[in-house]
Amino acid sequence: MKHGLRKALAVAAMTWLSGGLAAADSIKIGEMSSYSTNPQSTDAYRNGWQLAVKEINDEGGVLGKPLEVISRDDTGKPDAALRAAQELVTNEGVVLLTGTYLSHVAVAVADFAKANKVFFLVGQPQSDTLVWEKGNRYTFRLFNSNRSQVIALAQLASELPAKRWATIAPNYEFGQSAVAGFREELQRLRPDVEFVNEQWPTLGKLEGGATVQAMIAARPDAIFNATFGPDLAKFAREGNMRGLFEDREVYSVLTGLPEYLEPLADEAPEGWTVTGYPVEQIETPEHVAFREAYMDAYGELPKVGSLIGYTEMLAIKAIIEKAGSTDTEALIAAARNVQFGSPVGTLTFRRQDHQSTFAFFIGKLKVEDGVGKMVDWKAYNGADYQLPDDVVKTLRSEEATK
Amino acid sequence: MYDISTLFAQLLNGLSYASTLFLVASGLALIFGVSKIVNFAHGSFYMLGAYVALTITSAMPSTSWGFWGGVLLSALIVGLIGCLIEMTVLRRIYSAPEVFQILVTFGLVLVFQNLIYEFWGPDEVLAPRVPGLKGAASIFGERIPQYSLALIFVGPIFLGLLWWLTHRTRWGRLIRAATQDREMVASLGVNQKTLFTVVFFLGTFLAGLAGALQIPKESANLQMDINIVVEAFVIVVIGGMGSILGAFLAAVLVGVINAFGVLFFPQAVSVLIFIVMVLVLIFRPNGLMGGRIIPQRPGDLSIDQPFRLPSKRMKLATLIVIAVLMLLPMVASSYLEVVMSEVFILAIFAGSLHFLLSVGGIVSFGHAAYFGLGSYAAALVATRLGLPMGVGILAAILSGAAGGLLFGWFCTRLKGVYLAMLTLAFAQILFTLSIQMVSFTGGDNGIVGLSRPAWLNSHTGYYYLSLLAVTVSTWLMRRALYSPFGFAFRAGRDSAPRSAAIGMNVARIQWAAFIVSGAFAGLAGALMAYHRGSVFPNDFGVSTTVDALVMVLVGGVQSISGPLIGAFAYHIVAVELIRNLADYWRLILGLFIIAFVLGMPQGIVGAFMHRFGKGEK
Amino acid sequence: MSTLAVNSISKSFFAVKAVQDVSFTVGPGEIVALIGPNGAGKSTCFNMLNGQLRADSGSVVFDGYDITREKPNQIWRRGVGRTFQIAQTFGSMTVRENVQMVLHSVHDRLSGLWTPLVRSYRAEADALLGAVGMQDQAERACCFLAYGDVKRLELAMALANRPKLLLMDEPTAGMAPKERNSLMRLTASLVRERGLSVLFTEHSVDVVFEHADVVVVMSRGKLIAKGKPLEIRDNPLVQEVYLGTGAFLESSEIAQ
Ligand SMILES: Nc1ncnc2c1ncn2[C@@H]1O[C@H](COP(=O)(O)OP(=O)(O)O)[C@@H](O)[C@H]1O
Ligand SMILES: [Mg+2]
Repeated sequence: MKHGLRKALAVAAMTWLSGGLAAADSIKIGEMSSYSTNPQSTDAYRNGWQLAVKEINDEGGVLGKPLEVISRDDTGKPDAALRAAQELVTNEGVVLLTGTYLSHVAVAVADFAKANKVFFLVGQPQSDTLVWEKGNRYTFRLFNSNRSQVIALAQLASELPAKRWATIAPNYEFGQSAVAGFREELQRLRPDVEFVNEQWPTLGKLEGGATVQAMIAARPDAIFNATFGPDLAKFAREGNMRGLFEDREVYSVLTGLPEYLEPLADEAPEGWTVTGYPVEQIETPEHVAFREAYMDAYGELPKVGSLIGYTEMLAIKAIIEKAGSTDTEALIAAARNVQFGSPVGTLTFRRQDHQSTFAFFIGKLKVEDGVGKMVDWKAYNGADYQLPDDVVKTLRSEEATK
Repeated sequence: MYDISTLFAQLLNGLSYASTLFLVASGLALIFGVSKIVNFAHGSFYMLGAYVALTITSAMPSTSWGFWGGVLLSALIVGLIGCLIEMTVLRRIYSAPEVFQILVTFGLVLVFQNLIYEFWGPDEVLAPRVPGLKGAASIFGERIPQYSLALIFVGPIFLGLLWWLTHRTRWGRLIRAATQDREMVASLGVNQKTLFTVVFFLGTFLAGLAGALQIPKESANLQMDINIVVEAFVIVVIGGMGSILGAFLAAVLVGVINAFGVLFFPQAVSVLIFIVMVLVLIFRPNGLMGGRIIPQRPGDLSIDQPFRLPSKRMKLATLIVIAVLMLLPMVASSYLEVVMSEVFILAIFAGSLHFLLSVGGIVSFGHAAYFGLGSYAAALVATRLGLPMGVGILAAILSGAAGGLLFGWFCTRLKGVYLAMLTLAFAQILFTLSIQMVSFTGGDNGIVGLSRPAWLNSHTGYYYLSLLAVTVSTWLMRRALYSPFGFAFRAGRDSAPRSAAIGMNVARIQWAAFIVSGAFAGLAGALMAYHRGSVFPNDFGVSTTVDALVMVLVGGVQSISGPLIGAFAYHIVAVELIRNLADYWRLILGLFIIAFVLGMPQGIVGAFMHRFGKGEK
Repeated sequence: MSTLAVNSISKSFFAVKAVQDVSFTVGPGEIVALIGPNGAGKSTCFNMLNGQLRADSGSVVFDGYDITREKPNQIWRRGVGRTFQIAQTFGSMTVRENVQMVLHSVHDRLSGLWTPLVRSYRAEADALLGAVGMQDQAERACCFLAYGDVKRLELAMALANRPKLLLMDEPTAGMAPKERNSLMRLTASLVRERGLSVLFTEHSVDVVFEHADVVVVMSRGKLIAKGKPLEIRDNPLVQEVYLGTGAFLESSEIAQ
């Protein structure tokens, strides 16, 4: 009897799951991100792409058809993302996949894209393995590479007199590659520099007091930081109170992003040199238009997630229009070296590694009116901080560039 | 190497951290001590405390009194919410086996996560510094924030208060009596229900307090619950389940070891706490201060029907189902094939858990360890050595079995919750290592690019492989379950004294069962690895274990077909919820799990059998 | 040679001296009752005899072997069966499977992974169940049995390895008087038939005087008397120990 039940359920599920391929009078985009597990960043990201889709469709869509984005929660897990990818491709008939938030989820979907020959535009994830070791010809990445920011920071840092450096980074791929990249570049430019202390807290579990004390005990001249989010808040507050940052330069990735600066409010660590997104100060016409449209729609300033979500859809529009169709091969050919406008300038995807030339910003932190902001910042063209072609060749499989 | 002032400052830092750990852990210990509830939602009360305190302290005047008053008020509110949950949900599961309690409280975790997100939004919020304690004090030249110093005293103060409460007040004495012997309280003429509610209030009050006290140090964020709860459990286990003094000692031990770990082995901090736990449990299987655990009175759910050999009709029905499943790809979309392949693979995994849990009564709360060992073994063999899939699967089975061999050796020396927590610790160690040993495991980006032989490359091909695997594994596991070995394993659960008195070596049989179960979990891991083409640290994660537990539960803990039905029902439900209810799936899934345990504890198969009257009662 | 020789064993739990310097013997085919008020240390003694607890000092010799430091499973293999104060059977198995379990252990076939347990030693199991009058309930789930039947089942399980010595801790505790007598008669007849030695503890004086060849009396962890039932009845020390209850003399007189 109980097996009868199993059978009945199977049949019910079958009719229910295999059904529904709607008529294609729109261009369907499959989108996924870690909406439930990482809402801090993905909420803003969703706002961003929704705004872009609305604008695109108001202006007549793409190739005369409206964009229809079918969005899924990947729950921060590769399994769920892969399932969603499969469902989007086979049941919903999407023409390409985009989004994701966590690097490892993107890695999984990129592998899916390769196996299933589906175009995949990675949105927010920063891990460089997506375009290098694990890169493939179906996968393009929009946001700037972790490495480009770290290299730029290291070049600035090399001008300091500081010789003794300490580092702190979350103990996983992002943190490890950030520290390694910074260290390599800095030691290349300044062979006299030594790294005297490395802290590797588990993501989200930094124990501020003990960690800061250990760094003070090592007496570094300067510090490189790659913690973010709640860990950064703990680190900044403890470090401030214990005097870790007094007379020490701090170079830090991500800290200038609105999502991480906002919670720190007037305790944003002044004087740090950070990468970030000075959203309220970028006054190029494209950016002003984006910022105002976003403020109108959501009543708050965009975050970097919003910028990426918004640009993601602009990129997709440009790629499909250049390709003139939604055929995967055509999309790949079109995406390579495509030129498209974005709130942060004209961007492209490099032919040799499918990495975009997304701009990034480096400046110093200062507290004004109770909030931290970036001052003396400068925009860096992503194109100038990419790996040299011969190095890319050694990292990326030949087939990925075909 | 370091001067004394640094070491002393580090000691203070460790003690300060220990206070937070103690507050969370003492509440957990109190609740476990009296009600024997394994409250996995304790971290959620901690997180709730932080968010409530944010709201309340920002509404209070920004003075010392405003802050401390606001913190106490927040803790009270959390305690009251705790009361409410105790009265509506937990009260119904006191006599249920601990795995049910773990699952219900895990359901609460999901509900809390979703509700807190709804109420407070996604952004992390850092509270202002505490009025009156904004600065830092200089101690032997090292600056230490005044608030951190104040926290050092909070732990001992609450230890004192709890001691006073439990030794000098009537309710406190009752709590202590109940910790020693739950049945006795009924005979003392107090209302047991009220006592349990009071205890739950107190426990969640402490959790809320710890969370509230954390906001000047840490921004309130939506990962706080998960980040603290495993630590809290580890501390309670190290201290001895239910012992408040033990929790204090363990918190100090962990806090201080962590502080010096940061100084001397910063790379290893994340596994340090688990290593401490394993070491303590090897030498003191009941924790530092844990006494004899009074065995729980068997709840209604532990009265089990014998496993009967399948009847002719049953065998026929099974063949029909297999036949139907073999025909399914003719009509199914490839998405359905993918989902069903996952169902089959998860059914193998759930089956391996079921073998330990239902046959042997062993709550393997770190079962993902074997799954992950399997998936990583397969991935490493495939990508590093370039060997074919068959070899990868074989390696996975062996790795799973080896995991069972190693962890089983430790675990079979322990019982009940200690055992569950030790299995969890092993899984967490592997999880952490898989993230951190980037050059070997690929870190959090995992290993991709496992390729299948051409004939298995289609979804249909893999569907058939998974179907074959689940059929053969289920058949083998059933064979084992009906065999003398399976009975001996079950005998050890039913009555350890009788088993020993008829010449069985219970621990050795359990150890062997760990190996068998590990092997099947390893197989499932490998199949999943080849299914995805990739492996990730989450294969070792808590959620992987919990998913399997829920599957076993949904199918029916005491039903032989439970894991199969459970994997099917739960996986489809979860997948559909996530697909259709983006922002609320956790709430709904959490409520679903809670409702299931409360309403249908015998699972789908159990309910079905009950309804159509098989067996006696 | 005696079947079991207990030589001044002691056991303490922290401050509690549960058993102190207790010695006695059980001869072949002898039925020995170990009696004493609650908390006297009888169960603790038993647990030391079958290896569940290890004696702090003293020795236990069974059948010529020193078993003081052996584990329960080793002692069982030497031929010591036991029943428990609270009957210990396998609740989630059928009655027959319970006995089959024991038989598999007797024949060292517990590690088998292939042939289902229910297929082996069926006839032997049924014979044992027949001996205790449980054959007609062989298919029932153990957890639904009446307590008296659980006790019978436990007896069958204890006899399955043809022990030379049977330890029975309060075999009739928690039973109605009628059931109690029938169980004890059954036990006595089985034991005499098979020539077993028995050591049992018992509260019911009727049972003790009806069945025991020798009575050993404990109080507060110490052995205070041993001898034939009639000698014991008249022993002033024993009377003093049982003074509070008074039941001892009266009921035994009635029994006589
Ligand atoms: N495991 C134990 N831990 C502590 N004390 C025990 C334990 N087992 C028995 N005792 C104590 O030893 C004494 C003898 O108990 P027991 O042998 O059960 O007596 P009896 O079976 O004669 O009633 C009692 O005081 C009892 O409380
Ligand atoms: Mg007793």
